[in-house]
Amino acid sequence: MNKRYDFSDHTDISIVLSGEAGQGIKTVESVLTRILKDQGLNVFSCKEYMSRVRGGLNSTLIRISPGKVDAWIDRIDFLLPLCPDLSRLDHRLSSKTVIIGEKEKINTKLPVIDFSFEAIAAAAGDKRYSNAVASGLILSLLSVEASLLENYLGKKFAEKSKEIVDANIEAARQGAEKGTELLKKNIIKLEMSSVSNLAGDILVSGSDAVGMGAIAGGCNFVSSYPMSPSTGVLEFLADQSNEFSFVTEQAEDEIAALNMVLGAWYTGARGIATTSGGGFALMGEAMSLAGIIEMPAVVHIAQRPGPATGLPTRTEQGDLNLALYSGHGDFVRAIFAPGNLDQAFYLTANAFNLADEYQIPVLILTDQYLMDSVYNTPGWDLKCVSVKKHITKTDPDYRRYRYTGNGISPRGIPGYGNGLVCVDSDEHDENGRITEDWKTREKMMEKRMKRLSMLEDKALMPSVHGNPEGDIVVAAWGSQHNMVLSAVKNAGNSRVKYLHFSQVYPLNPRIKELIDGAGKLVLVENNYSGQFGDLLVKTFGRDIDEKILLSNGFPFSTEFLTKKFEKIQGD
Amino acid sequence: MSKYELPFNIDMAWCPGCGNFAIRKTIISALDELTHIQQKDVVFVSGIGQAAKMPQYLNVNYFNGLHGRGLPVALAVKLANPSLTVIAEGGDGDMYGEGGNHFLHNVRRNIDISHIVHNNMVYGLTKGQASPTSPPGMKTGVQVNGVINEPFNPLAVAISLGATFVARAYSGEMEQTKQIIKMAINHKGYALVDLLHPCVSFNKINTFKWYKENTFTIEGHDETNRGKAWEMAMNPGKLGLGVYYRKEGTKTLTDSLRCYQKDTTPLHERKYSKKKLTALIRSRV
Repeated sequence: MNKRYDFSDHTDISIVLSGEAGQGIKTVESVLTRILKDQGLNVFSCKEYMSRVRGGLNSTLIRISPGKVDAWIDRIDFLLPLCPDLSRLDHRLSSKTVIIGEKEKINTKLPVIDFSFEAIAAAAGDKRYSNAVASGLILSLLSVEASLLENYLGKKFAEKSKEIVDANIEAARQGAEKGTELLKKNIIKLEMSSVSNLAGDILVSGSDAVGMGAIAGGCNFVSSYPMSPSTGVLEFLADQSNEFSFVTEQAEDEIAALNMVLGAWYTGARGIATTSGGGFALMGEAMSLAGIIEMPAVVHIAQRPGPATGLPTRTEQGDLNLALYSGHGDFVRAIFAPGNLDQAFYLTANAFNLADEYQIPVLILTDQYLMDSVYNTPGWDLKCVSVKKHITKTDPDYRRYRYTGNGISPRGIPGYGNGLVCVDSDEHDENGRITEDWKTREKMMEKRMKRLSMLEDKALMPSVHGNPEGDIVVAAWGSQHNMVLSAVKNAGNSRVKYLHFSQVYPLNPRIKELIDGAGKLVLVENNYSGQFGDLLVKTFGRDIDEKILLSNGFPFSTEFLTKKFEKIQGD
Repeated sequence: MSKYELPFNIDMAWCPGCGNFAIRKTIISALDELTHIQQKDVVFVSGIGQAAKMPQYLNVNYFNGLHGRGLPVALAVKLANPSLTVIAEGGDGDMYGEGGNHFLHNVRRNIDISHIVHNNMVYGLTKGQASPTSPPGMKTGVQVNGVINEPFNPLAVAISLGATFVARAYSGEMEQTKQIIKMAINHKGYALVDLLHPCVSFNKINTFKWYKENTFTIEGHDETNRGKAWEMAMNPGKLGLGVYYRKEGTKTLTDSLRCYQKDTTPLHERKYSKKKLTALIRSRV
């Protein structure tokens, strides 16, 4: 007698595909999210994967719901293991999980619906088409017309031979038959109603959002050295550089990358470097250079767990301190940390204007989790972004570092006007000439640092969620936002006031009012020591009462945080 | 007075008798003679060191950045506005030591810049340690038993990586150096000028006298012969002064970049099409 699984009361379904690198799980992810979104279902997907090109054990989480889904969860409703190893997923399985795979090979005490993706794929033409079998099976469970997948496969493999297209379609059909059979025999009961208001939504990843945001911000110069998990942004921008007619150059190292970005801004372009913590560590001296020559720059840092090579393909919020303190000497910077795809787009776009206006380096802090997150969102309004250039035409007596009231001198660029633009990494006078005059030094330090208070006053306030009058104040920043938000809702928000920080430096002085009165201040951070918490304490003098931290390479799961919030509210 | 001379007095930080003074004069007269280039379009990029201070003492646009990092900045300036005349200048420690990786890869890019490297075979600003080009046996405060490492051979490296203009000059030969610098600036593509000069404070081996005895002017050499150029660069004997290799007509990096093929507008004048971006975003619906 087969075990029966009833999902008819579920408002959302989570599907996990696991397999070795090279088995095409990523393809299933893009096929399913695309087709299901087109069917009027909200979708979310994100992967966790090993740092290897072939083998190992990777998995992709796909969530589907008539309502919004946009956060990482542990729960697995359907597990389709394309390879038998479940060791990394065990803790996320329960007796309610439907496991479909090769019963004999899979090492688990839980019941398994016996089905060999590989054997079916081999019969259709090649065992590598296991991913097409899996796609067919999942879509049939969700009662999606088989023709949609067949059309998609036809288009996807259009450049390959008819034989390959046909074999993939056959593999998908065989998978679909199995799914239909499971429904017909009432082994699985699943109904997912679709909604009609998603037609205008876009389906994008964090990498796409940062890349599109950069273009929207007028970025026209990209120089970077590839490094996971930031390479997606580099490849996205490189892919668009023909269409949008800008420069993308792969630098010989990260040191060159940021120095190039500074050279590009010096010449009037809008440059970005995209990197991860290790690469950004190499950019420290150029950060400092940007500080003294008052040069705008934008750097995107997609964090991964360190120290050193750490966990190259996984996620962490461990580079905030690096971003805050990189570069020797005192100088001003701004740091943003998008909490969702919309913020990734708008904050990246605005980074270019802010850098230009204040002549400072602006950093965008994301991480592997945000880069690889894909979900549907209503899309972005280009009326809300504009390119505001702050470049002046020079006259013959132009002085790059002319003293002004607010410390910001009009920025000329070479060849535009009749003046000369002289910048120097040594301490310099108004003309950019080297000086060791101590009075000039004092004036120049004050000139450069003056903009800090201006930036503080216009710094973004954290967004407030949950109960605005709650006595328990939860503070989180950057990419973990959607999990915290879902958990606050799930835990019942009677006592929690949740603050999400999308700008982490400088901090707006008015934040003090938001945290001072808290009965309990709770910090949620995806790192070991609570780096942002330290910054809050240092800035506002209010101690953190409880820290919820995680540094195992995974994002927080919604369930983990829900339990934590339930407990805190019950205390 | 040349327009490239500063219109105000400045205290130059070089030691009395330094070869850099002669190089400065030579560069100014070379620029004066290149009348097709407008002063406002000349950008000097340098790193850190005695040689890297050169732009400070010229009336030009300049970006005096970090030690070793002149080339990446020069590359970006040219990429952002190909109509500018970009000259990267620094010493042997700056360009061959700290910036060695950038040297290798910018030769490969064939970016249209001139690269003038003052090579005095010693570290000046840090007071006398070995540079990548110091001769074996030279004793310094760090190399107390004498330099052990094989000296870096910039000309051979550049030729092997496909540099399209490779020359060696000596600051004492001002007329010849001026001609070489002019050729380098006029060359379309990456141009290396390895510019020998004495360090009167710290190099007691490679002195004015030494250069007089150990250099010669190259004559009767076919500059387009890469094999011969390589052979000359590898010759362990006296140092030949002149153009070793020159290849005109090779595509530069900006020639090859798609964004400049139909449109030579510098990046700062470009605006992206909101219509195109809207289409890109909507393509994900």
